[in-house]
Amino acid sequence: MSSRARQLWHSGEPFIWLTGGALAFALVLVLGLLGLIVANGLGFFWPSDVVRLTLTDGRTVSGLLVEREAIPEGAGRNRVKLKVANRDLYGADFQWVDEAVIARRDHPRDVVVMERTEWGLLIGTIKEVRDGGRIVASGAEQGLAELERRLPGVALARREIKRIEKGEVGAINHAQEKIRLGLRRLSLRGVTSGPAVDSLQREMAVLQAQYTAEEARLVDLRGRQTASVVVAADGGREKDLPLLQVLRVDSPNAMSLAAKSVRYLARVLEFVWSDPRESNTEGGVFPAIFGTVMMVLIMSVMVAPLGVLAAFYLREYARQGTFVSAVRIAVNNLAGVPSIVFGVFGVGFFIYFVGGTIDRLFFSESLPSPTFGTGGILWASLTLALLTVPVVIVATEEGLAAIPRGMREASLALGATKLETTLRVVLPAVMPSILTGLILAMARAAGEVAPLMITGVVKLAPALPVDGFWPFVHLDRKFMHLGFHIYDVGFQSPNVDAARPMVFVTTLLLLAIVVLLNLFAIGLRNRLRRKYAMSAV
Amino acid sequence: MSTRIHVAANLNPQASAAGIMEMPMVEIDHVSLWYGEKQALKDISMSVPKHRVTAYIGPSGCGKTTLLRCLNRMNDLVDGVRMSGQIRIGGVDIHDPTLDVTELRKRVGMVFQKSNPFPKSIFENVAYGPRILGVGGRNDLEAVVERSLRGAALWDEVDDRLNESALGLSGGQQQRLCIARAIAVEPDVLLMDEPCSALDPIATAKVEELMLELKNSYTIVIVTHNMQQAARVSDYTGFMLLGELVEVGVTRGLFTNPHDKRTEDYITGRFG
Repeated sequence: MSSRARQLWHSGEPFIWLTGGALAFALVLVLGLLGLIVANGLGFFWPSDVVRLTLTDGRTVSGLLVEREAIPEGAGRNRVKLKVANRDLYGADFQWVDEAVIARRDHPRDVVVMERTEWGLLIGTIKEVRDGGRIVASGAEQGLAELERRLPGVALARREIKRIEKGEVGAINHAQEKIRLGLRRLSLRGVTSGPAVDSLQREMAVLQAQYTAEEARLVDLRGRQTASVVVAADGGREKDLPLLQVLRVDSPNAMSLAAKSVRYLARVLEFVWSDPRESNTEGGVFPAIFGTVMMVLIMSVMVAPLGVLAAFYLREYARQGTFVSAVRIAVNNLAGVPSIVFGVFGVGFFIYFVGGTIDRLFFSESLPSPTFGTGGILWASLTLALLTVPVVIVATEEGLAAIPRGMREASLALGATKLETTLRVVLPAVMPSILTGLILAMARAAGEVAPLMITGVVKLAPALPVDGFWPFVHLDRKFMHLGFHIYDVGFQSPNVDAARPMVFVTTLLLLAIVVLLNLFAIGLRNRLRRKYAMSAV
Repeated sequence: MSTRIHVAANLNPQASAAGIMEMPMVEIDHVSLWYGEKQALKDISMSVPKHRVTAYIGPSGCGKTTLLRCLNRMNDLVDGVRMSGQIRIGGVDIHDPTLDVTELRKRVGMVFQKSNPFPKSIFENVAYGPRILGVGGRNDLEAVVERSLRGAALWDEVDDRLNESALGLSGGQQQRLCIARAIAVEPDVLLMDEPCSALDPIATAKVEELMLELKNSYTIVIVTHNMQQAARVSDYTGFMLLGELVEVGVTRGLFTNPHDKRTEDYITGRFG
């Protein structure tokens, strides 16, 4: 080595560059990932302009411009990908167009984009609005005005129908199920006739009558919605769409920037607050948000006491020696076990053994359909609690080790017992460390998908784990989860291309929820630290 | 050396130079102690008189802290400790199986070398011991806290911030808070393990002044590295070396006219 190089090395500068470079590289990776997700995700809700391409052969194609790429072996020519929608009319959502065959591009102001309850977007021009076969408005402009006048009423009717379906009919179904289980319980005891059975059957008949009445009300409500809109799409086909199916009508080419911004916010809110539609590729993700947060909270409630108690025994009571060291190493290694292994354990132990036993003892009337003997939010949370308990143990133990001996001795010297010392001095002082462990555990649990797939997550849950029927919290129910939602929408949905923006949006949302949960816990920890003015343990 | 020793105040004229004839509070009777195989205390016998300050001096590792920690059985917490002999406090054998060790520790308070306030408010620190004793009423607690803080000469400095964290106090204030915490349970004996070793001279002077005040109500046993401190605050001094209690007597007598050659060598600075 030359003396100059030696001098440089001894100055320490290269090492500073090396460390700084490594950090910068890591930051670039993380920021790149975030940037990709944000850019792809946030654009999804923007009502972008509809472009109409007139081709050299005279055909027109309208749609939303999605991307542009070089044609493979196309000698420098490019093609564009349009989201033409109208899946029910032409079968495909997307269409590639060679730029060489495009004669003209324009942005007609009368094109509308409709969100509807089925078949994805509809793009075209309004021809007329009908009510009961009678034309009430015709032409693009009048049609749009008429739609905007009628849609609020239609939305109300749709909400009313949904309320009856979910609320009244749901309650009747719930009560009927309870009576059915009651009858089954009686028959398991050998009672198939007599006053108890008769009274239950009478109740059942009353409920059945109510059910029929509600059904009739629904038919009536639906029958009163007779309006429809006829939309002419490119290629000459027309669609007669009942207004009950129309969620929203936009004419993006005629909208101002402000109007688009308002629409953007409305769609973001809808995404966060509403239920999914069309096998999750449209609509919102509220059930998945709810499921994720609820699962993480149940997991925290389970894992915190378990991990803290175990750490206290290991550090405060167990005689330190080879055995305790071995246990400690085992706990540390447990944190590195692949999560699917915990999932398999959850299925074998929690679902089949514990759940199966609970079903046999307490829910025998509903067998063979399982209550707790199948995947559910309780078992998924418990599995994740097992997965993350090493994190809490390690963090708590480190916190306990950092508490000075003098603090414990001060308490003992005042005549406190060991238990009093542990509860009044050690526990408050170790609280920030416990919360640190919990933060790490929550971050890990919120992002975990593999073990959930086999312990209770489903693509579409019929009901939230919390509702208005006693006992209000249904821990046996299956639930939806954002992580699984990403996998499902991105890779398992029938229409992957159309769903791709949803993947990014959902990823962004999952990140946001993890960050929010962590910020909450960090805030709590900092408050405790300030209260006790402890150093960062 | 002798000029410094005249600083020593509060000497008890009745105490004889040869031994301690006053009413004993703590009696140490042929105490030996082993950490595993290593003997840390060798057949120590002496008595500590009531309402006096008794100091132990000696080089590091001579066993003076170990002896102090015997008096409230803090050594029980260390694995592999074995003790023989008897210690009586107020006439009661502290190893009597019918005596609860927490009862003993309520009667024998301790102030540690490194101030160790709890990470709680000033009020909660002082109220900790009384709460353990079962004092519950807010008014009673407030009275105890004020009395203890006044007793530790800290009240005037903290009375407007009792609910702030104790860890925000200065080192000297923290140590006086620890003294207040110890006297809040009204012990008979107060053990002080080098209470000033981490303090600056001004804070040290305050704590020493406090000790002279406290001995009217408590029997104080202090371990110190600092011979001048022993001379300033104590009535009686014991010199320890390699686990043995070499010599014990009235402080002025021990410093001016040591009987043992080893004591003389130590206090004149020939070793240690």
